[in-house]
Amino acid sequence: MTAPIDIVAGLGRAVMGASAHVGALVIFAANALAQLFRPPYGPRQFLRHFVEIAYFSLPVVALTALFTGMVLALQTYTGFARFNAESAVASVVVLSITRELGPVLTGLIVAGRVGAAMAAEIGTMRVTDQIDALRTLSTEPMKYLVAPRLLAGTLALPLLVVVANTLGVMGGFLVATLSLGFAGPAYLSGSWDVLEAMDVISGLIKAGVFGFLITLMGCWYGYQSQGGAQGVGKATTKAVVAASILILAFDYVLTQAFFSR
Amino acid sequence: MSANLKIRLRGLRKSFGEKVVLDGVDLDVAARHSMVLLGGSGSGKSVTIKCILGLIPPDDGVVEIDGRDVTRLSRRDRAELLDRTGMLFQNGALFDSLPVWENVCFKLLAQNRITRRAARDRAAEVLAQVGLAASVGDLSPSELSGGMQKRVALARAIASKPDIIFFDEPTTGLDPIMGAVIDGLIVDCVEKLGATAFSITHDMASARRIGDHAAMIHKGRIIWAGHAEALGHTGNAMVDQFANGEREGPIQMELRR
Repeated sequence: MTAPIDIVAGLGRAVMGASAHVGALVIFAANALAQLFRPPYGPRQFLRHFVEIAYFSLPVVALTALFTGMVLALQTYTGFARFNAESAVASVVVLSITRELGPVLTGLIVAGRVGAAMAAEIGTMRVTDQIDALRTLSTEPMKYLVAPRLLAGTLALPLLVVVANTLGVMGGFLVATLSLGFAGPAYLSGSWDVLEAMDVISGLIKAGVFGFLITLMGCWYGYQSQGGAQGVGKATTKAVVAASILILAFDYVLTQAFFSR
Repeated sequence: MSANLKIRLRGLRKSFGEKVVLDGVDLDVAARHSMVLLGGSGSGKSVTIKCILGLIPPDDGVVEIDGRDVTRLSRRDRAELLDRTGMLFQNGALFDSLPVWENVCFKLLAQNRITRRAARDRAAEVLAQVGLAASVGDLSPSELSGGMQKRVALARAIASKPDIIFFDEPTTGLDPIMGAVIDGLIVDCVEKLGATAFSITHDMASARRIGDHAAMIHKGRIIWAGHAEALGHTGNAMVDQFANGEREGPIQMELRR
């Protein structure tokens, strides 16, 4: 039978381990951020990752946002029709998309696409000595590999969310006007009248935070890779899972901060 | 010899958990000489080279380059030291995301010591030194054969004209002819640069071709050091067994236990 002291000891070890992990991650992020301000600067690396995240994620983000807006309009209409509240469809769609679905769905998609790729690329570099090679070539790996990715992710996600918001609302508009019998001008004014600057701004701030978290997880788990192809595979999975959970957790924290009265 | 010493290791120790990899390594490498460190798999060769380069911090001991203890260098001094060194990794460690010419001139570009246009010209020049056409510069590392990748890795190691070059198993994975070609290129490049070379290998043919001095590491300690010509008849049973590739001998006896 397990003694109570063993349970406490086990709990203590788990807490200590988790604390050490979080501490190492914070130091890793701080080190990478510090590298952003140290010359020489690497605009070429930043641009490469910015294009990879912002431009190449556009199709999947656009399609997801468009269909989400369409489904949202349809579901809201069928649900609200029970209470004769169909007129609220436009406001529900625009607020849901800009406040929550735009940033969260974009974050989750980019986590799967970009976070995984980053973890795999950096992990492969780790297990094939390319990171050691960077050091011997007088290049700080944190500066070359991590810092430009963090900056690119933080700046690219808000841009993607602007596209996602626009297409999401457009998807709702298309379904509402073509299928549900709404008048176009009335739907648009219904959306516009309810929308406040803070709805959009909070979504963009969330997107920046999510972009930072996605790239941080990709870089962190890639950097910690060990043991060849299997290690890289594990790092990739961990990066996506951790980024997805953090996106949902931080979404709640930020929503609480922005909208709680 | 000490006045002319380029690398000096004293009491170098490194453990990973309970596994002791380096157990007090003492070794001297004279300037403008080519030292080959021999040893079986897992004997601590790669860890030694990584400790010298600062890629792994040693647990204890002294690593001196040009009389300065590199384990105590500031960030700036370490960067300055790395500017003067080149390294050829066992698997090449070429950057997949960059074309060959950017790999070759990576250090020069990273430090803004050269424009991108000048880097292309410099890459073509260095690729020619290792027997590759300038057109190879536009290829991706994944498009190259193993031998070509080694040549590109060698070109990258010498592109910044370092005065110390490290070679980690330079002929591993190559056929004997390509191994001899790479060894010849290493000897040529080191001689032209007037550099000090420090190689680790378990390929005896390669060791004899590229080394003028040799040492053998076994169980984390240097058990013999001398002229490379003496390999095979050093009088040390372990070294001679290793150099001659004999089945019977003290090393194999220990493995059988």
